[in-house]
Amino acid sequence: MLTDSSLIAPGMLIPLFPLIGFLINGLFGKYLPKSITGWIASLAVLASFCCVFYMFTNLPSTGSLHIDLFNWIGFANFNISFGYLIDPLSITMMLVVTGIGFLIHVYSIGYMHDDEGVTRFFTYLNLFIFFMLLLVIGSNYLVMFIGWEGVGLCSYLLIGYWFKNDAFNDAAKKAFVMNRIGDLGFLLGMFFILFNFGSLDYAEVMKQASLLPVGSALLVTITLLLFVGATGKSAQIPLYTWLPDAMAGPTPVSALIHAATMVTAGIYMITRSGVLYAMAPFSMEIVAIVGVATCLMAAIIGLMQNDIKKVLAYSTVSQLGLMFAALGIGAFASGMFHLVTHAFFKALLFLGSGSVIHALHGEQDIRKMGGLSKYIKVTFITFLIGSIAISGIPPFAGFFSKDEILSKAFEHSKIIWAILSISSMMTAFYMFRLVYLTFFNDFRGTEVTKKHIHESPSTMTIPLIILAVLSIFGGFIGLPSVLGFAHKFQQYLSAVTAPAQHILDESHAAEVSHSTEWILIFTAVIAAIASILYARYKYISNKEQPAEDASLTGINKMVYNKFYVDEIYETCIVKPLKVLSDLFLVLIDKLVIDLVVNATAWVVGLSGRTLRLVQNGNTGFYVFAMVFGIIVLFVIRLFI
Amino acid sequence: MIQYLFFALSALTIISALYVVFSRNPMHSVLSLIVCFFTVAGHYILLNAQFLAIVHIIVYAGAIMVLFLFTVMLLNLNRETEPHKTNWVKIAAVIAAGMLFLTLIASLKMAGLGTYSLPHKSNIGFIQDIGVKLFTDFMLPFEISTILFMSAMIGAVLLAKKEK
Amino acid sequence: MKEMAMNTVPHNWYLFLSTFLFCIGIMGVLFRRNAIIIMMCIELMLNSVNLLLVSFSAYSGNSDGQVFVFFIMVVAAAEVAVGLALLVSIYRNIASTDIDKLSKLKW
Repeated sequence: MLTDSSLIAPGMLIPLFPLIGFLINGLFGKYLPKSITGWIASLAVLASFCCVFYMFTNLPSTGSLHIDLFNWIGFANFNISFGYLIDPLSITMMLVVTGIGFLIHVYSIGYMHDDEGVTRFFTYLNLFIFFMLLLVIGSNYLVMFIGWEGVGLCSYLLIGYWFKNDAFNDAAKKAFVMNRIGDLGFLLGMFFILFNFGSLDYAEVMKQASLLPVGSALLVTITLLLFVGATGKSAQIPLYTWLPDAMAGPTPVSALIHAATMVTAGIYMITRSGVLYAMAPFSMEIVAIVGVATCLMAAIIGLMQNDIKKVLAYSTVSQLGLMFAALGIGAFASGMFHLVTHAFFKALLFLGSGSVIHALHGEQDIRKMGGLSKYIKVTFITFLIGSIAISGIPPFAGFFSKDEILSKAFEHSKIIWAILSISSMMTAFYMFRLVYLTFFNDFRGTEVTKKHIHESPSTMTIPLIILAVLSIFGGFIGLPSVLGFAHKFQQYLSAVTAPAQHILDESHAAEVSHSTEWILIFTAVIAAIASILYARYKYISNKEQPAEDASLTGINKMVYNKFYVDEIYETCIVKPLKVLSDLFLVLIDKLVIDLVVNATAWVVGLSGRTLRLVQNGNTGFYVFAMVFGIIVLFVIRLFI
Repeated sequence: MIQYLFFALSALTIISALYVVFSRNPMHSVLSLIVCFFTVAGHYILLNAQFLAIVHIIVYAGAIMVLFLFTVMLLNLNRETEPHKTNWVKIAAVIAAGMLFLTLIASLKMAGLGTYSLPHKSNIGFIQDIGVKLFTDFMLPFEISTILFMSAMIGAVLLAKKEK
Repeated sequence: MKEMAMNTVPHNWYLFLSTFLFCIGIMGVLFRRNAIIIMMCIELMLNSVNLLLVSFSAYSGNSDGQVFVFFIMVVAAAEVAVGLALLVSIYRNIASTDIDKLSKLKW
């Protein structure tokens, strides 16, 4: 434990800056010129980033800083403090959140410049950054939960940002409701933790949990409940369907919230609770299975999508599944590593797609694009770099992290490795399908749009270039030991992941040999290149185009319609609920409650109508009533 | 001797009070009420409350009854214009009052009040005694009653004034 | 002793007298329709209470009760002044002091 007092102040300031930005824009936004609000928001995030960077350079990787702001809830036996925990894990997350967050803020200035509600947009965006920082900086589950709910709220607000469109509002509601289902799991998990360990503080919970026997029912329950929360927030089976719909929001929102940061909260949470999961092997298996299944399913759906953002959304779901698979097989550091590199290239891809959409004035269907490489060079090159990175071609960022997960998976289970490899091939295929259909061949849209195609302003292209550079070189923070380098990223996180890793290593210690790892790397790279070449053959040489919706048959149609998962949910859950609600409306609400309410009103009305006759305005009658009243009172007092 | 005086006064009081109620002419009611007030003043003297007896005559017989008389004459009320209730209501009124009297007497009996005797020599009820009380213990209510009077005066003038 | 008993009035008698006077007042209020008579009956009731207070005061040897009577007279005088003014203005409006005609105060 390191308590250097010079680090406390910047630590406390980290979440404060976005909050200040939020307050300035939220309270005084309408008095400020629209062009300024974006820069205020960006500066707030940049200031936060500087603080995080200061912490990163000054806090040794073995140290952690615990700041208790105040005692929040205290009664009887336990106290919950509103505290910050700054250690390598939270610093990693905060660097991603504020760093990429800043770039996306700057990008948004260009992207949203002609939107009428731009102040509102930046207000929400700052609020989101604040909650996201709170989520990762909290020193206990309750502070994390505040952030967890807060980012859910901001996600809802930003998906439904263009609230005049009903479909967008529905998407926002869907995201919110699905997140709430997950949050219930998280909440229950928290109750279990509090009830059994008497504390929500990470250190205390981990300490007490490690005293329990491995695989105890309590730990399995807690970890599974927390995982339900993670599936909601991080869009895993069965709660993933909200994420593709969430693309209704503005593209920077998709990049920031639904690709780089918020959806990775589940990964962060499981890594943070590493000891709990390490102590519950059954839960680990569940996490791995769900992750692998999501990875494969989302990749398959991604193959057939025609909306540029939907493809990226399913890609995100798939990559998140990959990360969960990594966590499930006990490779916490690898999962976090992929989280970071994924944040780079997926933010880049989303922003690139935003730039394409911007150039085409809101067109999102890739069937109406094509040949754009001639018109928007910067976007094309950066998008290409992002696609290469996600496909896992060395030496781009995605290669190192994905390869690491694959080799860990190979060592854990061959089946998981096989499925993840197939998903990776699909990823490479659909990403290059996207690239070829968007940027190559001839333009398929109307002539009117063709005339207006233009490169985006520099506020948009500069973040793209920075992210592209990060996507190229970002992987070097975690060069694998097989190449003869020390794994810097793993070492940096080791102070946090070590306890969990220690528990896991007791059960199985086998490392894959270097020769096996080389073979794995080559297999993966060759598979990726093969997929890319197949995509090239299909869409460049053969000039195939995605078929029209109606002409699809059989399995293609099923995949195109996302395996009908939404429809299945609709039939199995939503419809019965609606029927049940209608039933209750008729039976309970109308028959019982309305009857009680109306009967009360009727009785009051009747007695009012009857007693009104007493009020006849005759003074003599009143006096009579009064005298009899007195008599009755006396009689009661005397004889009863 | 005093008992005879009490009986005589009481009889006069009750008869005049009943005549107030049953007289058909409002003017007779007013006059009999004055008689009633004088007999009550007599009771006060019997009870050694000379100051109150004088004040009673001045205020009630002198001021209040004059007001009543003036009003009756102003409104020109007489036997012919006097409205009357139906006989049923009149009987009911007598019965109600009788019942109230019975319950009150019953409650007085059951309350079991102690028997008092009139102290022979006391200065209670003399002007000096009341005056001291009024200007020491009851100073504040006494002053406030002046405000009550003023507001009553203003109110009376305002209400009785002809509307324009 | 007999002489003494003849010369003093038992306190109970005053109680009965004032109760009876009060009930006569009540009866008058119920009996009559003329608002002026009703007000006179109210004066009658006030007087019965005054008589009761004075008798208690005299018999218990405490003059507080007589001060209360004084204040009751004050209030009664004010009440009569305002009440009669009200009656005059009512008479001006409906040319009558019949309370049964004043039945607008309902529903």
